[in-house]
Amino acid sequence: MTTTPTPRGTARTLAVTSGKGGVGKTFVTANLAAALAERGQKVLVLDADLGLANLDVVLNLYPKLTLHDVFTERCTLDDAILPAPGGFSVLLAGSGLVEYSRLTPDVREKLLHILDTVKPRYDWVLLDTGAGISDVVLYAISLAKDVMVVATPEPTSLTDAYATIKVLATQQDRRKIGLLINQANRAGEGKLICGQLQQVLERFIGASPEKGFQLNLLGEVKSDVSVRQAVLKRQLLLENFPGSDAAQAIKALATKLLG
Amino acid sequence: MQLLQQAGVALPDVDSHSALWIQGVIDALCDLSSKDALTGLANRRSFEMTLEREIDRVARSGEPALLLTLDIDHFKAVNDTHGHNAGDLVIQAVARAVAQVVRPMDTVARVGGEEFAIILPNCATAFALVVAERVREQVAEQRIEIAPGQLLRVTVSVGGAFAPQWVRSSAVLWMERADRQLYRAKTEGRDRVCMEPQVDSMVSAEEKGLLFAMTQLETE
Repeated sequence: MTTTPTPRGTARTLAVTSGKGGVGKTFVTANLAAALAERGQKVLVLDADLGLANLDVVLNLYPKLTLHDVFTERCTLDDAILPAPGGFSVLLAGSGLVEYSRLTPDVREKLLHILDTVKPRYDWVLLDTGAGISDVVLYAISLAKDVMVVATPEPTSLTDAYATIKVLATQQDRRKIGLLINQANRAGEGKLICGQLQQVLERFIGASPEKGFQLNLLGEVKSDVSVRQAVLKRQLLLENFPGSDAAQAIKALATKLLG
Repeated sequence: MQLLQQAGVALPDVDSHSALWIQGVIDALCDLSSKDALTGLANRRSFEMTLEREIDRVARSGEPALLLTLDIDHFKAVNDTHGHNAGDLVIQAVARAVAQVVRPMDTVARVGGEEFAIILPNCATAFALVVAERVREQVAEQRIEIAPGQLLRVTVSVGGAFAPQWVRSSAVLWMERADRQLYRAKTEGRDRVCMEPQVDSMVSAEEKGLLFAMTQLETE
């Protein structure tokens, strides 16, 4: 199979965040990376959830070297970048990064440096950020050009997604924010929720399409038993149940992002 | 040379075209290109460069940095009533007053006709209002002699915003945010300070109400 080599200038950077934890942010990130890799893209997932990382758990990888070792200069960046199942690369935070869960100048400098170093080498760098809107999360998001907020239809998740979008729009001057609705109960729910969020944003912070603000629905992943099975087996949905509705939805997300 | 003479710059009293003399000319030209002729403050160009540098520094260090923008209230009336010379004297007096109350590390610039800006690196958020009020008071307390025996009092409106402590930002956006507060100070009656509120992540009951309006309708 031949793929046209993409001119390697600088990677597209996408931060995946969520507001509320436990909505499938890391699951989506890992499977999106696999879907992009399937399309011939060179992808790196950076576990930017310092302090409470769980990309290693999702991928069932227990590396000897992590971001922690890069930070403390016990290994080089190249040593810590590992191949993940699904044909992409990962830089895992690992545990024991509690000391970096505070945004010190040192952490800022190191994350910036890592991003600058990896950007020329990949087509995509996905940043799996922590949940919430702490300064570490906001900083990690700010390292990426684009941002995608993952939410489920649950009221608490929607409220937190709304708060995140509000902060990103007003404080980071984000004019384009992507939205992915995970665990949708029925088709079309994502569109409904996106419209609802747009209305509230327009009403309360004046963020409207007329003013150049866009909340784009990037995808909708319906509740799917195969997702639960893949998660419990700690394997990628795209590898285990490539034909499932959820896997198709993630592939559609990749297509949309590449589009 | 003519430019420097016009600006009243004294060149080193050494052989012309000696290394020292050339260095003197270069220094004088650098100075001339970065300073505002009327007030001696940083000019717009040098201000913008400092602002860019500060944005970058804040993203890396996380230290809070404050930007204040100031505008002399009813300045047009000063010019119209007392003439442009008086106007220039007022601008100079405001520049002096502002420069007196900031730290040596701060940058005070004249960024427009009667507009000034101050960049305050490493300024704790708790002190923002104190610093801005001190600037406003210092100007208001001055009596400016615009003609022998003729004293004038002017006020300024002040807007302030902190540099965002993350990567994604620009000098333009920072300036816009401070200017928005300055505009607010003007519309709220002038001679006052308005600071940008801190990051607001609270979701009000009203917001929640609208957010769930449709989902609730559906389940009913």
